[in-house]
Amino acid sequence: MHECTCHPGYKKDTLIPQVGVITDIRQETPDVKTFRVNAPEGGKLFEHMPGQCAMLCIPGVSEGMFSITSSPTNKEYQEFSIKKCGTLTDQLHSLEVGDMVTVRGPYGNNFPVETELKGKNLLFVAGGIGLAPLRSVINYVLDNRENYGTVDILYGSRSADDLVQLKEIQEVWMNAPDVNVYLTIDREQEGWDGHVGFVPNYLKEIGFDTNKTVLVCGPPIMIKFVLQGLKELGFTEEQVYTTLELRMKCGVGKCGRCNIGSKYVCKDGPVFRYDEIEELPPEY
Amino acid sequence: MQELMGRARELLENGTVARVLGWRAGDQSYNPEPAFFENAVELEKLVYDGFCGANLSKYMIEASKLEGKTLVFLKPCDTYSFNQLIKEHRVDREKAYIIGVGCRGKLDMDQIRNQGIKGILNVSGTELQGPDEITVETIYGTKTVSYASAMLSRCHVCKGKDHVIYDELLGESADTKDADRFDEVAAIEAMTSEERFAFFRKELSKCIRCNACRNVCPACSCRKCVFDSTKFDSAQKANADSFEENMFHIIRAFHVAGRCTDCGECSRVCPQGIPLHLFNRKFIKDINTFYGEFQAGADIQEKGPLTNYTFEDVEPGIVAERG
Amino acid sequence: MFKIAKENLSALFRKIAGNRELYLPVKQAGQVNFAAWDEEAEVSLETLKTVKSGKDAFFPQCETLYTCKKEGKKIQIQAADRKEQDFVVFGMKACDVQGVKVLDNVFLSEPVDSFYASRREHGTIVALACNEPEESCFCKVFGIDAAEPAADVAAWLIDGELFWQPLTEKGEALTEEVRELLEDTEDGEVTEAKAAIRGIMDRLPNANLSLEGWNGEATQEKFDSPIWNDLYKACLGCGTCTFVCPTCQCYDIKDYTTSNGVQRYRCWDSCMFSDFTMMAHGNNRTSQLQRFRQRFMHKLVYYPANNNGMYSCVGCGRCVEKCPSGLNIVKVIKAFQGGDK
Repeated sequence: MHECTCHPGYKKDTLIPQVGVITDIRQETPDVKTFRVNAPEGGKLFEHMPGQCAMLCIPGVSEGMFSITSSPTNKEYQEFSIKKCGTLTDQLHSLEVGDMVTVRGPYGNNFPVETELKGKNLLFVAGGIGLAPLRSVINYVLDNRENYGTVDILYGSRSADDLVQLKEIQEVWMNAPDVNVYLTIDREQEGWDGHVGFVPNYLKEIGFDTNKTVLVCGPPIMIKFVLQGLKELGFTEEQVYTTLELRMKCGVGKCGRCNIGSKYVCKDGPVFRYDEIEELPPEY
Repeated sequence: MQELMGRARELLENGTVARVLGWRAGDQSYNPEPAFFENAVELEKLVYDGFCGANLSKYMIEASKLEGKTLVFLKPCDTYSFNQLIKEHRVDREKAYIIGVGCRGKLDMDQIRNQGIKGILNVSGTELQGPDEITVETIYGTKTVSYASAMLSRCHVCKGKDHVIYDELLGESADTKDADRFDEVAAIEAMTSEERFAFFRKELSKCIRCNACRNVCPACSCRKCVFDSTKFDSAQKANADSFEENMFHIIRAFHVAGRCTDCGECSRVCPQGIPLHLFNRKFIKDINTFYGEFQAGADIQEKGPLTNYTFEDVEPGIVAERG
Repeated sequence: MFKIAKENLSALFRKIAGNRELYLPVKQAGQVNFAAWDEEAEVSLETLKTVKSGKDAFFPQCETLYTCKKEGKKIQIQAADRKEQDFVVFGMKACDVQGVKVLDNVFLSEPVDSFYASRREHGTIVALACNEPEESCFCKVFGIDAAEPAADVAAWLIDGELFWQPLTEKGEALTEEVRELLEDTEDGEVTEAKAAIRGIMDRLPNANLSLEGWNGEATQEKFDSPIWNDLYKACLGCGTCTFVCPTCQCYDIKDYTTSNGVQRYRCWDSCMFSDFTMMAHGNNRTSQLQRFRQRFMHKLVYYPANNNGMYSCVGCGRCVEKCPSGLNIVKVIKAFQGGDK
């Protein structure tokens, strides 16, 4: 390839991916796997912040935006928890350790872990695969524990088998100082002696104090009722952060696909404070 | 026009129909648009003149899903499309109240502009009972052109003045046919295969894959088009290469063969002026030759020659024999 | 100011094409679009509007981004070359030049799109003033002067001569290359021609269209309006308006599997297409009403919100002439004025 004489920098373009190697695959639930990705020569492909996403692609199949579930404090690799729900994710689930994918990113903004969230008491509310982006923040917070106040994690799923990252939750998060973990599943299940019920209801049952900043992630319907619940408890929209997910192609706010109002979810999001979302046209 | 408006108001007011599908006056005298009207106030903007070329039959697919009957104005050629859509179970006859409207050919702004007329402010004399000449006011003064010279090319090979399906008729139609519709096809058949290939390559290479031809086509009523499927490499939205352009139009032509009524909408809407109707007309001509005269949409009973098997059918080998 | 006789234009094109690629309006099968010049090309500088705007010179309808080759488990990525050859786009109009500026705000903002940027870097635009703007033109509404295109070189076709005025460094450089073919001249005739063009523009039906109420702050009010429901119904959901538009920049990225690896390419896409926002678990704009509204909201509200009030419409009027159903942005703007739609 010739070097463009006027702009050598043009050789790099955010639309051109790097090659990544899958170095570990964990079956989290019947339909969720966590993939560990490294650069072919070892180490991380790039640095990121909690909440950011990356485009994973199987050449010839397609490309999709996934949130990076590992924390930036992890210096060795990036991880993606991916639920099987379409052509690309089906194919991703058939990959083996040693297989290669292409990766570009990181894209989007991040949870404001170094600004607004600093010094705050944090409440994480997640449903199902929605734990993926929050896990990055939780581990970042636990690794910088002195910068944050109390940590409460409320996580629910359809069944006990659908709880993602259960090992880490039980072995790490539950034993971390000043961290409360609340787990719930939608319906009674043999062998489960924990809480049963939907996340929004459990949230109200616990009745969290409003001196917290809340990070919510999960299916849209859950987010909707969690927000209602939080309002009933006295939280304001300015205290709540969440992520939006729309179809994306470029990842840099140019291809137009994830445009809502004057925002591009891939570039201006995926993290939004709830009052910012309320200002958008209802197309998410 | 007043007649149409009056009759539509009556049918709306006496509850025969729940809405009216017609053409609404545009911001200029020459750009009306298909529109639904639900009350007398809205109906005041109903228009019917030479610029109402859009075939409303396809909009009846959506209208058939609505509560109550829809009054639809159909020109003679549009009724063939409607019949064909009935045959294909895409529209519901019971949901339609068809007023067959008279037609003296429809106009094409490009034909007016091609006569060197620029800076157009107003076009008049385009109504059904209007004069043989239309008057074009421009910023450079007033010009007149003959109605026939400003017609869409399809009107020069008009299928005829008869509506093949209707509940009532309003307005007289005029003969506009002054050419044989297969002349253009014959001219292409007379080319050598190299010339023919060059001709179509030149035309099709203009395609920008906007899908206007497909989306306007009453025969393209699939819920999900193969070209919108992500499962095939055929699903290119852009003209990825010349092969793609050819495939899109050729597959589409094959798919509508035997069902295309030759309404001419594909060529009317193509932003690049590709004579897309030629593909369809070639099929129609061949069908006529091999199976006997057939006009898709002429009635709702007869099985199309390509969907009906008889012992008299030509053998597939005819393609090779004919060369 | 320079000039060249019309009969010498072929020599001019030959001269330019000797050093650079040259794109200009060429008639093919009855339609005029920008295409590469060669001796046989049927150049049509008199055509007011090419069907497509000429934005393809910088943002082609289809381009390969990279090729992916797989050997066993190993994947290799070969990025496509960026534009390295200087080229000239000759004969764009003032509206289309403004269209390129609209695209600049998208593709040259961080992170810079290198494919677009390299073309902008290597491309020089020679724009022609519009001798006879037509009824579908309304560039004046957006503050564009059809009489004086703001390109690298502005040019005027007056009677038998082409007048030539370099406006930028790139324009000066190109002028230097073809200097031997140009002769010096005074501004007089061009000044007269400009006045005539502006006089025509003022008399066109949409020259004084009001954009009152359309701005970056109007999201809520315009989005929630019931008027959209009345406007969209004839829309066929095709991409004609977006593909002939000088400012539409939405694109798709797709794979093309070849025997020699997977080519990842991008191509123009349209927010009017039903699958534009479709994803594995749903679609956030399921109705044509939503998609129709998105296009106009983007041009007249969202884009201005992000670009200091600049509209993403340049009044070229192509959609006005080409929409199969007679819908267009002028009708939308008028409908919101409450006037005759």
